[in-house]
Amino acid sequence: METIWFALVALMLTAYVVLDGFDLGAGALHLIAARTDEERRKLLQSIGPVWDGNEVWLLAAGGTLFYAFPLLYASSFSGFYLPLCIVLWLLVFRAIGIEFRAHLDNPVWRDFFDVLFSLASLLLLVLFGAALGNVIRGVPLGQDHYFFVPLWTDFLPGAQPGALDWYTVLCAVMTVAAVSLHGALYIILKTAGALNARMRTVVKVLWPAVGVGTVASLVATVAVRPRVLDNYFTAPAGWIIPALVAAGLLGVFHFTRKGQERNAFLSSCLYLTAMLGGAAFGLYPVLLPASGDPALSLTIHNAAAGVSSLRIGLIWWSIGMAIAIGYFVLVYSMFRGKVEQHDGGHG
Amino acid sequence: MDDALFIHRIHFAFTVTYHYIFPQLTMGLAPLIVVLKTLGLRTNQPVYDDAARFWTRIFGINFVVGVVTGIPMEFQFGTNWARFSQITGGVIAQPLAMEGVFSFFLESAFLGLFLFGEKRLGRKGHWWAAFMVFVGSWLSGFFIVAADAWMQHPVAYNRLADGSFEVTSFWGVLMNPWALIQYAHTMCGALITGAFAMAALGAFYLLNNRDVEYARVFVRIGVIAGVVASAMQIFPTGDLHGKLMAKHQPATTAGMEALFHTQQGAPMVILGQPDVEKQRIDNPLVVNSLLSFLIYGTTRAEVEGLDKVPKENWPTNIPLLYFAYHVMAGLGTLFVGVMAISAFLLWRGSLFRTRWLLWALMLSAPFPFIANMAGWITAEVGRQPWLVYGLLRTTEGFSANVSAANGLFTLLGFMGLYGMLTLFYLFLLQREIGHGPGASAQVGAAPLTVSGGRG
Repeated sequence: METIWFALVALMLTAYVVLDGFDLGAGALHLIAARTDEERRKLLQSIGPVWDGNEVWLLAAGGTLFYAFPLLYASSFSGFYLPLCIVLWLLVFRAIGIEFRAHLDNPVWRDFFDVLFSLASLLLLVLFGAALGNVIRGVPLGQDHYFFVPLWTDFLPGAQPGALDWYTVLCAVMTVAAVSLHGALYIILKTAGALNARMRTVVKVLWPAVGVGTVASLVATVAVRPRVLDNYFTAPAGWIIPALVAAGLLGVFHFTRKGQERNAFLSSCLYLTAMLGGAAFGLYPVLLPASGDPALSLTIHNAAAGVSSLRIGLIWWSIGMAIAIGYFVLVYSMFRGKVEQHDGGHG
Repeated sequence: MDDALFIHRIHFAFTVTYHYIFPQLTMGLAPLIVVLKTLGLRTNQPVYDDAARFWTRIFGINFVVGVVTGIPMEFQFGTNWARFSQITGGVIAQPLAMEGVFSFFLESAFLGLFLFGEKRLGRKGHWWAAFMVFVGSWLSGFFIVAADAWMQHPVAYNRLADGSFEVTSFWGVLMNPWALIQYAHTMCGALITGAFAMAALGAFYLLNNRDVEYARVFVRIGVIAGVVASAMQIFPTGDLHGKLMAKHQPATTAGMEALFHTQQGAPMVILGQPDVEKQRIDNPLVVNSLLSFLIYGTTRAEVEGLDKVPKENWPTNIPLLYFAYHVMAGLGTLFVGVMAISAFLLWRGSLFRTRWLLWALMLSAPFPFIANMAGWITAEVGRQPWLVYGLLRTTEGFSANVSAANGLFTLLGFMGLYGMLTLFYLFLLQREIGHGPGASAQVGAAPLTVSGGRG
């Protein structure tokens, strides 16, 4: 039962990264890639109808985590107090950056919200990447299952690390590159003309960076936390995951060259899913490793809610998610194809 | 009081109080917009569609601020109230997660269609989008109230060996009798806010002698919705809520009334300041036996005072609880008065000429916000010293691993951020009000650019 919930939460977080990823990535590239007001409006229109729904995956995953693994929710959210509060502020900035921009046709007003939107998107990626790094590296969990990490200490992933150290910063940089690439592929899919062409250039620059970053982050991960390979040796079927990572990455390259925009974007989805799936597979059954004594780690066994809760939750969760997926199919199908100017209120 | 505990309490109190300015207007306006759109479909008069478009723009601005200030709430259980989350997550996260899964997805899917999709969807399709947004926002409210109701009146739980709770019945948590009554009371409160906002803006335009045709629609709908909601706020919802409280939280009831001594024929204090130390009320203005009558239906019934409650279980801030309750009840009575007179004159056909009453309607606009806040303060301060009534104390629930200084740092951050949001909100709102509903008629030609096109 706990394993099912582990998989469900991992699945929801992956859905969040894949879906909100493209609008976060597009946001990070907003200032560089879209130069004129016209282009910026187009970029915003390409994510306008869907970004809010994508972000709901984060909220729904948070709520589900709270329900299924209350101790993990309590321990990690309070332990990562400072970075998490900064994430909350950035989410506010980013949302008003998208939603308030169009209300005034004034260059100062629009520039202000463009910068707000783009910087907030970029910093969110940095923090989400660092968060993933923290979860893999481990945190100084105490006997009471709680911890508190400052934003940084000496930038070394030792026993008393900060939220930022060389390893998590590497994860952050890697995340910015990979998710920006994802965003660029989405904009290529949704737009035509100059914006499309400029994003192709961005992809050409980012792709090799993501390739190098993938290898570097995998090597660093094994160095920082060798146990991450344990599951791969006990269950060799897991090696299919790195194969999927490579397939996704090569798919992006191949389909971009062929001009198959949809397939290139889907390859990027595969790449992100496989990367996160690989991390989840390496962690299981641990949810949050302790940087000190491994016995103090939070696992699906010591952090799960009561059996009755888990059983009841499975019913409403399945029904709710089935309906939610229905909404997504509806919205995305109404919004298919490339965006045209003066269609939609965003931007 | 422990430093960190105090900061964590203020942190949650500030962010949730500020947040609730916006959802109450969202939930209040959503059904009224559906009414406008229904009238538009039924009568084919463009005034209703233009009016709906105007309120949709205001709704959109308001919704954004509600969403961005709501997201931090979902996370603050974990950041600032970790022990509470750990212990109660197996129950209380059910309605919270369900809110995400069942209403946030719904709202996010239909909000975009509602705000920007009028042309693409056609009139009937757009009515459905508006309706779904209304359903989503009211569903959202229900899940939040259900979570709070469990803290007020815990049901359908089992306590495990490690002290944490698990849920034993899916419907038990959702159909908690406390949740149903509290929800009805909360939704009437939201409707009052929406109705007064609509009527007040109509009155403002009428007094300014502009957009008169729209203004009359606003006042008419606002007053009709307002008189119904204000009346229902007191009876039956407020009445039932009060009786439930007296039954399950006698200490809270005694604190709300500052009833220090158990007595038969307990009075209702209309005005006065409680002195907790001397256990009396200064400058009292009371109605004899009214409290006994309201709770038990007879003037001679005995009402338990605070003397029946062990001191460690007294509400921790009796003056605040007392004032919050009295502000809520006093304003609630005022709403019935203003709306009843307005409705009477509306029926007689002289409301639009009665300038003093239009002034009263216009100036009443802020008061429902205050009354709703005061109601929530009554509920939450009244629940003290408990987080989960009778089971978990507030002192046991906060994040002990987050220091007071870190808590203060982010509290100040949220204050600054919300201060900025307030400026943008008021600025954008003032612009929409300045443009007025008449501008919607021109924009109606290109409704897809409602928020961006005019600029």
